[in-house]
Formats: sequence, C-alpha cells, structure tokens
Amino acid sequence: MRETTGEKIFRTLVLIGLTLFVALPLYVMITTSMKPLGDVQAGFSWFPSTITFQPFIEMWSTVPLARYFMNSLIVTLAATLLSVAVATLAAYAVSRWRFHGRGPFMTTVLSTQMFPGVLFLLPLYLIFVNIDTMFGVPLVGTRIGLIITYLTFSLPFAIWMLVGYFDGIPRELDQAGKVDGAGNLTILLRIILPAARPGIVAVAIYAFMTAWGEVLFASVLTTEDTRTLAVGLQQYSTQTNVYWNQVLAASLAVSIPVVAGFLMMQKNFVAGLTAGAVK
Amino acid sequence: MSSLTAPEDTTTPPKVPDARPPRRSRRHLFPYLIIAPAVLLELLIHIIPMATGFWMSFVELTKFFIRRWLEAPFVGLENYSIAIDLNTPVGQELLNSFLVTVAFTALVVGLSWGLGMAAAVALQRPFRGRGVFRTLFLIPYALPLYASVITWNFMLQRDTGVINHVLVDQLGILDGAPFWLIGDNAFVSVVVVAIWRMWPFAFLMFMAGLQSIPGELYEASAIDGAGPMRQWRSVTLPMLAPVNQTMLLVMFLWVFNDFNTPYVLFGSAQPPAGDLISFHIYNASFLSWDFGVGSAMSVLLLLFLLAVSLVYLYFTQWKKEKRNA
Repeated sequence: MRETTGEKIFRTLVLIGLTLFVALPLYVMITTSMKPLGDVQAGFSWFPSTITFQPFIEMWSTVPLARYFMNSLIVTLAATLLSVAVATLAAYAVSRWRFHGRGPFMTTVLSTQMFPGVLFLLPLYLIFVNIDTMFGVPLVGTRIGLIITYLTFSLPFAIWMLVGYFDGIPRELDQAGKVDGAGNLTILLRIILPAARPGIVAVAIYAFMTAWGEVLFASVLTTEDTRTLAVGLQQYSTQTNVYWNQVLAASLAVSIPVVAGFLMMQKNFVAGLTAGAVK
Repeated sequence: MSSLTAPEDTTTPPKVPDARPPRRSRRHLFPYLIIAPAVLLELLIHIIPMATGFWMSFVELTKFFIRRWLEAPFVGLENYSIAIDLNTPVGQELLNSFLVTVAFTALVVGLSWGLGMAAAVALQRPFRGRGVFRTLFLIPYALPLYASVITWNFMLQRDTGVINHVLVDQLGILDGAPFWLIGDNAFVSVVVVAIWRMWPFAFLMFMAGLQSIPGELYEASAIDGAGPMRQWRSVTLPMLAPVNQTMLLVMFLWVFNDFNTPYVLFGSAQPPAGDLISFHIYNASFLSWDFGVGSAMSVLLLLFLLAVSLVYLYFTQWKKEKRNA
C-alpha cells in the first residue's frame, strides 16, 4: 500500500506544527537556564549573549534545593515502591479469584479517580491532625503523610492496569505451578510477576510521575523541612526579583531524571496501556 | 459379567474433588488477605475523607470550629444555599468559575483529542525519523507539571516573555504588549498550557490503540478503493472506539478537576477568566476559612461529574449493546 501525496503533505504539516508547539517551551527552558539574569530581564532573546552555567550553581544556594530534592526523592520512591507492591497483590486477587466484594472493590477503586482532589484535601488534613492527637502519629508535615497520600493517587490506575495485564497471562501457567506444589505467593512471584514485567514497569513509571509532579497536597501537607520540589521551586521569586534563569535551571535539572526514565521505558508504557486500557 | 467389573470398582478409591478442607479455607481467605492493604489505604485516603467531606458540607466549619471540627454545629443545607445564591458574590463567582471550567474542558479535551489523533495517524506508517518525533511528542507528558507550567509562566510574561516577543516585536500581529496572565487573556493562556500538557496523553493512547489494528484491514479497504480519509473514518475510528470511550471520560475528569495548572500558572491571585473550579474551591475554602461552604461546593462538583459520567457511560454502553444486538 503506497502513501499518497496528500498523506505526505498531511504528515509534514502535522509534524512541523506539533514540533514547534512542543519544542518552544523546551527551547526556552534550556536557553534561559544558561543566561545571566541581566540578559533575561532585558527582554526575550532567542540566543544567550553569553552562555553561563552560573544559574546551575547558584540555584542550590538561593533556595535549599538539595533538601527539596531529597524530600521529593524519598517521598516519590517510597510511594512508588509501596504502590506497586500493594497494587500487585490486589490485582492478583482480583484477576485470579472470584470472591465476595470483588465487583464493588473494582467499582470503588475506579470511581475514586473521578473525585476532585480538593474534596479530599481538607478532610484528609483534619483526619491527619486527629490521628496525631489521638494516636500520637504525626502525619501533617511529615514525609510519611505525603507518602501515604501519593501511594493512593496511583493505586487505582495501577490496580486497573495490572488486572488487565494479569488477566492476559494464561491460567494454565498458574495450574502448572500448582501441580509442582507451588503456593499462591510463589506463583505470583515466580510466574505472574515475570510475565507481567512490562505492565509492572509501566505502573511504576506512572506512580513515580504522579508523585514527582504533585503540587496541591504537597503545598498543604508539608512544612519547610519536608517541602518537595513542586512547592520549593516557587521560592525563586522574591518580592523584588524573580530569578528566572535559576528557576528554569532547577526545573530542567529536576525534569531530566524523570523524562529520561520515561523515555527509556516508553515502549513498556505503551504496551502496558494496550493491555490495560485498550482492551 | 458383573464379577468381571466388580474388582475394578472396589480397587479404585472414590474420587472426592478437592478433599483438602484446610487448604480450601485458606484459599478462600487468601484473596481477602492480599487485597487488604489496598482496601485499607483506599479507606484511609479516599473513602473516609470523602464521607468526612460530605459531612463537612452540612456543618458550620468556619475558622472558629477548625480546631475542634468534630463539634461543629449542624446547619443542614445552609452551606449549599450560600454556595449557589446568585445574589451574592460567592454564588456569582462559583457560577463564573463553573462556566469558565466548562469552556476550558471542552477546548482542552477537544483540541487535545484532535492533536493526539493527528499525530498518531501521522506517525502510523514507518518513516525515517519516526522514533525522534514520537519521543519528542511524549516529553510534555513526562515533564513534571510544575516544571513545564513555570516555563510557560515565564514565556507568557508581558515584558520578558517569548510570546510577546514573537507576536509583537517579530511578527507585529499585536500592538502594545498585552498581559497574558491577568485579564481576559488568562483564559487563552491556561487553555494553551493545559493542551500542551494533555495532548501527548491522547497521542499515547491512540498510538497504543493503532498498534492493535491489523494491517489487513487497511489493505482490504484499499483494494475496495477507499482513500485515506475514508479509511480513517471506516477503519481507524471504529477500531479506536474502545480507546476513545475510556480516554474521553478520563480526560474530561482530569481536565475538569485540574487544580495544578492554574495554581502554578497564576499563583494565588487567579484572574476571573482563568478561575478554574478546583482552584476556586481551594481559594474559597482557604482564603475565607469557610470549609463548610467549600465542602458544599466540592460535593456539588462531584455530583455534576458523577451525573455527566453516568449519562456518558449509559449512552456509550447503550450504543455498544445496540451494535451487538
């Protein structure tokens, strides 16, 4: 089947338009992060008058960026690992057993996706405060509180996607394992997990991105010591000055690990979406 | 005759299916055991807060009662009547915010859908450099939200941003550098930024969907004389219907609830033209410290989203059943 001229023109136009649209902010972010502040304040220019890496050095001292980075990293990694573990167990149960409450569980999990975050925010805050006063477990302003919160953000999507993935793994494999005398957990670890690896990786990426980019809950549930990057980056603007070159240098720096990880895993992600959502 | 078969009957032990009671009961317990962590967490973060939020919408939860919020007095539907009273600024602003959000959602979902579809179709055939474009188009989706929205904020600055530099200085389309983050232009800004972030998701979903369409369908339709447009309408679109159904609903819910984009783009002083509803409720709660009214607004928002989703699901499922019949 040959490509027609019309199709080629369509493709070229779409690709040019979208490339400009997508690349413009990326270009601005990268070039501005290499300009001196005076350059930025003088009005926009396409090319830096001098290329400097000073913003990448200064950004660490203008704002306690290293601390925010560590906070983000700890919270995000913990939430990702726990989310994948909890979702894997739940999805295994849903995919392999017909038990009471299975349907309502899935409905509830999926419908929590639609609830506005702002509806949870204040009750959650007050509940966390109450847990602290009643049981002495501090959650507001601690990393634990944020980890628990983020954990459940990615949970519905992760369960949903993994059930689709597990359903696609033939039950004959489980039965073969049973015949060999393997218990349920062994079957999960030895048979299901390896077969569903692309799906698990995809879910982990999703959980990581969700937690790394979250703003609303981080702005309410953190204090100066536990603040994440999402909230911390806003501190580059003072009353007199916005250190745009440093803000964008920091934005670039915190984006690179996530973007690189995502792009490396994008094939898995598409495959995971195909199994989980497209069916 | 029977004496010949009789020995066989007695030597084979009667087959009892699954004659292992202890394992059997453990097997019944096992799914509950491994689903328990998920249930507990969902309860703690979603179900209980939602029930609490619902309760909060019926009590007077002003700043006087925040510290002892469990003792807040019950006021019935008063918070709701305050929220929707169009004779007061509170009601008018909520209505404005709702209408802004409806327009915002329609534009962002519609245009993201179109761009995502166009890109997925354009990248459907192999060509040199396809991988590069695919990677580039996914970057906005992978970038942390605040990083990209902060960059847009810089680009939209009146005096130092690239947008005015191009539109006013270089192309001369606009006279006198306009403000993009305050006034009516704020709506355009927040829509563009949200589309920039959202369309790669549509692209990703369509790409995944296109991979599942067998190439024979295109070949067969080409033999029947179908051109590219006809193929798109008669093969691609119907085959993508399941992806479309899920994706449109998910995007609608995400975009309608979007808090982060206006929050990072505008800071805490959002212009009325960019006053998206989640952000509006947040401000209404935290600036005036009236969480009762804020909760009532949240519940109204939830009811609206629920109603739209149910109607949508009813029609898509109904259509599917009609097609199968």
